[in-house]
Amino acid sequence: MNVYFPNSASLVNCRFMPTPSGIPESAPPAEGVLPPVEETQVKISIGSRYDHIDLIQIVVDDALARLGLDDDARHWVGIAIREAVANAIKHGNKQDPAKDVDVELAVAGDEAVIRVHDRGEGFEPQEVADPLTAENRLRPNGRGIFYMKSFMDDIQYLPRPEGGTMVVMRKRLKPAPPGA
Amino acid sequence: MKIEARNEGGVTVISPKGKITIGAGDVALREAVHEALEAGARKILLDLAGVTTIDSSGIGEMVHAYTTVTNRGGKLKLVNMPSKVADILQITQLITVFDTYDTMAEALASYE
Repeated sequence: MNVYFPNSASLVNCRFMPTPSGIPESAPPAEGVLPPVEETQVKISIGSRYDHIDLIQIVVDDALARLGLDDDARHWVGIAIREAVANAIKHGNKQDPAKDVDVELAVAGDEAVIRVHDRGEGFEPQEVADPLTAENRLRPNGRGIFYMKSFMDDIQYLPRPEGGTMVVMRKRLKPAPPGA
Repeated sequence: MKIEARNEGGVTVISPKGKITIGAGDVALREAVHEALEAGARKILLDLAGVTTIDSSGIGEMVHAYTTVTNRGGKLKLVNMPSKVADILQITQLITVFDTYDTMAEALASYE
């Protein structure tokens, strides 16, 4: 297991990255404006074992607390991360403990960005059945991605050129401005 | 996750404490419900007061327990749901599937 803190001091005194020069913070995104620079907070690689999920949740929860996310929001983000890592272990790496799952937490502007990368063969999220339909509601499985979509602001699945699938989840660290 | 089972006037009360999550708590819950059914129990009450976290596998196991107990002619009900568990059941639209009670007295009386 490898836990990497790029700069532990930044966890204590974390500041959001400044917006690009000359652009006021409240300016709406405009064409040609670069996205906020990302600042990595935590990187963790684990073997594909379910009992490692607790460790990831504890480390990421601590980092999110330092970033100012409240208890309630951290609970739901924590659940989404658990689901993403569980999916990576179960469906991506087929529970092969020799295959890694990489988890990264970064801050980009006022968003937390969480990436979970497995070493599996990939899948099509569109093929996952809707767990809310009457015929699926009493199925014992198939709710993981629904959980992630429910608790995060954005979720994307990206096949990686080096192999495996990466899920990228985003969560605002501050409430959205009125009218956003 | 710890799990305890006891008999309260003919009702088997199963009390999981901690996380009902993939690979640990979900398996323990399945085994506890299976043991209760094998012992002849058909009135089964899940006391969720001590549950801190429930993931999709935990919810799946509760659904599995519900359908298994129902198929055996029994009744599985829920009591003392923490707000975050209730939120999950709302989001997954399972809140209407389960019979839920706020107090142990109400839950036990519902089996009479």
